[in-house]
Amino acid sequence: MIWAYLVLLVVLIVVGYAFGRMRAVTVSRTETLHSRPSYYGAFVAIWILTPMVLVYAVGVPFANHVTETQALTVYDPALLDKELERGAALREIEAVSAGEFIGDPSPRLIAAVETYETYRAWGSNLVFLAGLALGLIGLAMTLRFVSAGFRARNHVERFIKRVLLACACVAVLTTIGIVFSVLFETIRFFNHVSPMDFLFGLHWSPQTAIRADQVGSSGAFGIVPLVVGTLLITFIAMVIAGPIGLFAAIYMAEYATPRFRSIAKPILEILAGIPTVVLGFFAALTVAPSLREAGFTLGLDVASESALAAGVVMGMMIIPFVSSLSDDVINAVPQSMRDGSLAMGATKSETVKKVILPAALPGIVSAFMLAISAAVGETMIVVMAAGLAANLTINPLEAVTTFTVQIKTILVGDQEFDSAKTLSAFALGFVLFFFTLMLNVIALEIVKRYREQYD
Amino acid sequence: MTAAVQLAQNDPQPVAEANGRSKVIARDVNVYYGDKHALRNVDLDIPENAVTALIGPSGCGKTTFLRCINRMNDTIPTARVTGRLEIDGRDVHDPEIDVVQLRARVGMVFQKPNPFPKSIFENVAYGPRIHGLARNKSDMEEIVIGSLRRAGLYEEVKDRLGESGTALSGGQQQRLCIARAIAVSPDVILMDEPCSALDPIATAKIEELMDELRTNFTIVIVTHSMQQAARVSQRTAFFHLGILVEQGVTGEIFTAPKDQRTQDYITGRFG
Repeated sequence: MIWAYLVLLVVLIVVGYAFGRMRAVTVSRTETLHSRPSYYGAFVAIWILTPMVLVYAVGVPFANHVTETQALTVYDPALLDKELERGAALREIEAVSAGEFIGDPSPRLIAAVETYETYRAWGSNLVFLAGLALGLIGLAMTLRFVSAGFRARNHVERFIKRVLLACACVAVLTTIGIVFSVLFETIRFFNHVSPMDFLFGLHWSPQTAIRADQVGSSGAFGIVPLVVGTLLITFIAMVIAGPIGLFAAIYMAEYATPRFRSIAKPILEILAGIPTVVLGFFAALTVAPSLREAGFTLGLDVASESALAAGVVMGMMIIPFVSSLSDDVINAVPQSMRDGSLAMGATKSETVKKVILPAALPGIVSAFMLAISAAVGETMIVVMAAGLAANLTINPLEAVTTFTVQIKTILVGDQEFDSAKTLSAFALGFVLFFFTLMLNVIALEIVKRYREQYD
Repeated sequence: MTAAVQLAQNDPQPVAEANGRSKVIARDVNVYYGDKHALRNVDLDIPENAVTALIGPSGCGKTTFLRCINRMNDTIPTARVTGRLEIDGRDVHDPEIDVVQLRARVGMVFQKPNPFPKSIFENVAYGPRIHGLARNKSDMEEIVIGSLRRAGLYEEVKDRLGESGTALSGGQQQRLCIARAIAVSPDVILMDEPCSALDPIATAKIEELMDELRTNFTIVIVTHSMQQAARVSQRTAFFHLGILVEQGVTGEIFTAPKDQRTQDYITGRFG
């Protein structure tokens, strides 16, 4: 069905475009056209495309709904209002229809299947015919518009603008949708656990009894250990990535020869492209054991999963964030600033320190903010290297856990979606989202406030 | 501005005439940008305490020559300079010469005003700070205010020294850049088309300022405006296609040029 419809759509569009263009060319022999002929072709094609897509988008769900309702009415009208049984019955009907049903179908089921197949055939035929009809009507109607005075170019421009707007809306609506779905689950979670306990509790052990008679804890949902763990690892990561990334950027932008730059910059960007799961096992299998050994020689007790190992590797991961963005903003400082400073007798490093970095500061700050957001939201490295124990500690040699690790732990495996344990993942996700959102807002605000400093 | 006028009056030298000594002497200067031979065998004398104008059509090498004097061509990786270029008898390319010291003695003002994104005060204090010219805060204030005065800007900005230098108008920004350049008491000030981005009123102020400043500084100005060259300079050098075609007293260059190309350029036949 969908393939036939797509072929029909493409054929009609090609035909419509060709007709529209030909008609325009013919008109142009005697009169001066407002737009170039291809715009008339595109105009016709748009008026075939739009109605046909709409027919499919509306027609197919409607046809499916009618088909299902009719089939269920034959099978058992009582099922219509029951969500779960309705779905099960429909799956049976579809299985029989596809010849994959195991066992002997009952006579009522066979009758339902017949109804189902009849309606389905009718439905797809009707959608196909409606699409064809509307496409042809569009073609016929718009062909009549093709005349010297008709402003096809403006119509095409408007259409393009609408398509772009629609894409922008999809992106925005998706974000809003995600926020709300997380928000609703979070509110459900707060029916089980009070927000105060959640935000200020010092213990995190999200084990709850699954059955009423089960022996087990009632669970503790205080996120303070997770906040501390997340911030500790992020802090370690930034201590590593901040200076290295920034200094690398300064070298790249101000000192490096174009040749070195053209080699080093892509390599640095490869570092950004390493999958974090690879960095994760690098952290767990290489960095963590060597830290443990180094700690042992110094007489320190380093846990085999430590905040330090995770933080160090995460720092490596976000070096490219810092360096690449900082490099861009440093390059954006006008050459006239450098010339002005050098002509005053300043050395290169004085120029960097006193003129370029202050001028680029807002951009550098926002680069740091984005790097922090990336570190806070990063999952794989901490899952593999930081551990699961929700210790409330700021000792980087101990195991800690983070938001992302807990979300992953809670949601992996079979879960019932109404227990406090499972719902807590959404609450964690919401807090995490809120945190990174705040960072981004602050970063944008800083950039906006200081943007017009030079030029 | 009053301070500068007083300085001019106290000066024993008559303002209209140079004292005749050459401050900058160029001999057989060649500049290459990669394979491009941008400046050919330039011999030029720049007199002390006078304004020397470098004129010529775009791409003729006048800015290139200007940037040789404070070695700003060093910042262009492909640039190569040969020949002798002396300031007070010392070659600027002498390995003994420290480029930082050189640039402290040879200030520069650029085509587009380029104040740093700092306060007006900090803009002027920039040079004195890097070179350690002020021993304490009041020293620094004296230098900054004095420089702003001599640049004819102090009266306009005295109540807002803490505001950003980039918030000033174009003409004020350019005078701020001049104040910044003279704050380190250079001997020579290079100006690369300093008025090309300014309106006529701001241009007039800068020209007036140049006339005052030449009592204390040697000024070299690159300009596209022949009227400006005629108004502000005592000597003029005409460049064409990387060659120094003619140099001499400004009045003579504009009234009785010896070379046909100079004649064609100043009468507007090309360029």
